[in-house]
Amino acid sequence: MSLSTVAGARLVARKDLRIEQHSRVALAQMLPFGMLVLILFAFALDPSRDVLTRATAGLFWMTVLFTSTLAVQRAFAVEVDDGALDSIRLSGISAASVFLGKVSALVIQLLVLEAVLALGVAILYNTDFGGWAMLVAVTLLSTIGMSAAGATYGVLVSRLRHSSTLLPLLLLPLLAPVLIAATKGSEVALGQEAGQSWSWVALLAVFAISYLVLGVVLYRPLLEET
Amino acid sequence: MTTTFAPKIIGTSSPATRILGVLSIIGLIALVVFGLVISPADFELGETIRILYMHVPTVSVAYLAFIITGVGSVIYLWKRSEFWDLLAASAAEIGVLFFGLTIFNGMMWGKITWGVFWRWEPRLVTTTVLFITYIGYLVVRSIPTDTRTRGTVSAVIGIMAIVNIPITHKAVDWWRGLHQSSTIFATVDPDMRGTQLFSAYLGLTVFLVIFAWLLIHRFRVAWLSERARGIGLDEAIAARRAEGSFS
Repeated sequence: MSLSTVAGARLVARKDLRIEQHSRVALAQMLPFGMLVLILFAFALDPSRDVLTRATAGLFWMTVLFTSTLAVQRAFAVEVDDGALDSIRLSGISAASVFLGKVSALVIQLLVLEAVLALGVAILYNTDFGGWAMLVAVTLLSTIGMSAAGATYGVLVSRLRHSSTLLPLLLLPLLAPVLIAATKGSEVALGQEAGQSWSWVALLAVFAISYLVLGVVLYRPLLEET
Repeated sequence: MTTTFAPKIIGTSSPATRILGVLSIIGLIALVVFGLVISPADFELGETIRILYMHVPTVSVAYLAFIITGVGSVIYLWKRSEFWDLLAASAAEIGVLFFGLTIFNGMMWGKITWGVFWRWEPRLVTTTVLFITYIGYLVVRSIPTDTRTRGTVSAVIGIMAIVNIPITHKAVDWWRGLHQSSTIFATVDPDMRGTQLFSAYLGLTVFLVIFAWLLIHRFRVAWLSERARGIGLDEAIAARRAEGSFS
């Protein structure tokens, strides 16, 4: 009996989140890594708080971008190590469900990481948060876009050689427009820059929808071949 | 009994590619003459307009190449035909070459116009990001794996990358404050007249012919490489079988 796409996706997402609950890799490794990057930016730029405050949005999204590559790598390392992906394929869950489940788990993990990193930014960079509706929209859409592209490239590189170095090379150029739009959208929301804020949100929405649709369509050949 | 194996030398040229090759060389000579000698300097851009005669064609051909890669990738996933896989990969390789040339001549133009090789000019930034995207595609192609996996994985990257082109364009344009008035990355300037306009269109035509010439050759090399892989495998299997029968 085959599961519906949503039910299958929910199962895959719950499985991934349960693994995270037990292993605590995101909490114990990715989160400290993200906080470390925020601190290192302060060393690299200027201890003067002005520079950091002005560059808050860019530094925050750069940190999220780096952390997201770790999250994607982790999400697929657990599948490849014990041949778990083969078991999922044999279980009758559709490729679209696997993709959407992986994306959902990544989105939830990244949102938690982003919330803690935002707190870190508020304290370390002395940032006053505002424009909440815009910030929430930018954060949600950026995270969905990053997770959708990440989940597709994650499974793609998981069975190739040198996958750990290959993933950033493939993923980061693809996510360049997300970094730009998320940074600019956040700057407008924080009142650091004037501009048409919702156009950045629209761009992020186009990215997120495009890569969600592509992931749903392309996951089947990827799961069959890799 | 010993068997002598005389390899048949197979080239990648044909009457059609020879014609394209001759046209490419004649076209390039004509472009040099028109672009550097006959056409006058521009009122606004001065002598730097001559870089445009090469720059616009290289970037246009690169985008054409990536469209072919995208279309080839879609058809490969649909039909699973080796032809489309190799065509997509060959086009991507030539696209990267032309993007490299675009960035190089863009930087030359920048050095003359702005005094620096690099400025965060929207088209230069977009080109560089996409250049790295397609380098990733070529890196994946170079990783040893079976043909079908390589075809599927690179087809997915080819599709993801082509979808990202307009999004990256828009993001970088808005990031740098939308459109700039005078940029080398504009398409052929509507104000061009006479030999300037002729040189611009001649450049486009010549580089399209060069692209077709290179693409056919590169595709044939890729096709023969695949056949050679098969021959090597067959020979290895035959050798192992022979070892088994004598032992």
